[in-house]
Amino acid sequence: MTERGPVAIDSRPENENWLARLRAWPRRLWHEAFGRVSEKEGFYRHGALVRLTHWINALCIIFLLGSGLNIFNAHPRLYWGMTGTDADQPFFSLGAVDTPAGPMGFTQIGAWQFDTTGVLGWSMADGQFQPRGWPSWMTIPGFQSLADARHWHFLFAWILLFNGLAYLLYSLWSRHLQKDIWPSGADIKAIPRSILDHIKLKHPTGDAARRYNVLQKLAYLGVIFLIVAMVLTGLTMSPGFNAIFPWLLDLFGGRQSARSLHFISAALILLFVIVHLVEVVLAGPINEIRSMLNGWYRIPQDHSKDRE
Amino acid sequence: MAKVKDITRRVAILGGLGGAGYLIAKADSLTMGSGFQNVARVVEDWTMSAQRGLMGDRLAREYRASDISPFFKPNGTYDPGTDEYNGHVAQNFANWRLRIFGLVDKPLSLSLAELRRLPRRTQITRHDCVEGWSAIGMWTGVPMSLLLQAASLKINARYAVLRCADNLTGEPAKGGEQSPGQYYESIDLRDAFHPQTIMAYAMNGKPLDVAHGAPLRLRVERQLGYKQAKYVESIEITDSFSGIAGGRGGYWEDRGYEWYAGI
Ligand code: HEM
Repeated sequence: MTERGPVAIDSRPENENWLARLRAWPRRLWHEAFGRVSEKEGFYRHGALVRLTHWINALCIIFLLGSGLNIFNAHPRLYWGMTGTDADQPFFSLGAVDTPAGPMGFTQIGAWQFDTTGVLGWSMADGQFQPRGWPSWMTIPGFQSLADARHWHFLFAWILLFNGLAYLLYSLWSRHLQKDIWPSGADIKAIPRSILDHIKLKHPTGDAARRYNVLQKLAYLGVIFLIVAMVLTGLTMSPGFNAIFPWLLDLFGGRQSARSLHFISAALILLFVIVHLVEVVLAGPINEIRSMLNGWYRIPQDHSKDRE
Repeated sequence: MAKVKDITRRVAILGGLGGAGYLIAKADSLTMGSGFQNVARVVEDWTMSAQRGLMGDRLAREYRASDISPFFKPNGTYDPGTDEYNGHVAQNFANWRLRIFGLVDKPLSLSLAELRRLPRRTQITRHDCVEGWSAIGMWTGVPMSLLLQAASLKINARYAVLRCADNLTGEPAKGGEQSPGQYYESIDLRDAFHPQTIMAYAMNGKPLDVAHGAPLRLRVERQLGYKQAKYVESIEITDSFSGIAGGRGGYWEDRGYEWYAGI
């Protein structure tokens, strides 16, 4: 496991003491992050437009999730259908109730109710406990403000829309989507094998590391689909947009259903991001992130046979 | 030695990451600043131009009688409760009048009975609160276009400013002049002349009740709930709303919400 990461460009003599090694570390990190990878060691993996749109998208997702949770707090209940208000039974809600032992925050999912005091439903904000769907540290802004959260949300929604269109159009035109992301027939047959590789935390080396593996391709396709769903369900909540494309209301089963699907898609995107980050760390974070920053990726070599 | 191109690329990457980190770390204090609030207004303009460009005069969806929500949540003011308003309620609004004035050739003062004798429109529409909930109700009232035509607008008329009987003193105004708590709203003539924009005096077939804005409220479909001003007492036709209350065209607008509430 020790030699999984890329070989350092700037290797130092083995017998140097740990202090010198520690002092050299920032320099090595810098080299690793920005040093050019030679054609022999690796290859140019990500085009400039994919890199740029990837990071703009990541920033948009952070702000949209944070401000979305703040907006959700204005009415922390989800319904199905065209309508839904306090009189209707939500299938998911966050809230606070008084109990003999003091206020309790709760999370309700269908018929279940969980005590989530301190985190969901009832938590600390501005120095005092208060009824609050999602806690302050999850929301943008951290203080409760529907008006301001909406401003952040619509600002980044517009950026996400144009950024996403740029990515999609470029990726279709350059055939990046068709060649690198759309799974081939052989990919589909390799799904069971790829699942096993993932369970064993085995990452491709050599030539196989030049391509995305099939689960990775499916995850990227899935998240692209989810982001399209976010945009459409978001627009379906807009009464102005309803007058433009009323059929969207029928597609998603009503305005409150669209709101719920918007929330569920956001949760799935968050799940993607968590798995995505774990994979980046497991696959060698410096090499992976460098490839998304300056494009250059060092191909991991298979060292398992070296020790024989 | 690194090439100039490499260095500019590093500067771009580090600058981008630093900028993003700054935005995330400083989001709360940025929110309070005027810079961000100005950006928000530009974004609101994009949204309005984009939606209006696409929607033209299209109608909001109308529903069937069976879709009407059994419970229509009242929000904001439940009862203005002033002596004057209580007096009107006691007299069943017999001496209440709607005034239309400002940039008009023929200012009007109409009683509820007179309004009820005018041509009316009934529509079953969905009401979407900015908070996130929705309910469906049936509204009957006079198309605002008829009232404005009767008042005969002057050439420089641009907005209809509606003043209401309720006072929500609770929340302090944001930015600009301190806005008093009196509820008010404004729409421009494009929305005022939309066929579904009505001054409603009945809800679900009965006279409007106090919780839902008796005796008269605005219905401007295709926008959110806070635009649907309740307890309307007058309509002033203006060329601008910058001199009124907090200057942003409405009670909630003065508290940071968008004037264009189509989203
Ligand atoms: C902020 C933390 C993030 C980091 C560090 C990160 C890192 C990376 C890296 C290193 C790759 C390249 C993988 C490879 O070459 O095998 C990648 C690709 C990708 N990431 Fe992220 N990512 C982040 C956030 C996100 C978010 C929030 C999304 C979407 C919701 C996302 C969606 C994608 C997609 C779709 C690709 C494939 C791009 C393509 O080839 O067209 N990432 N990411």
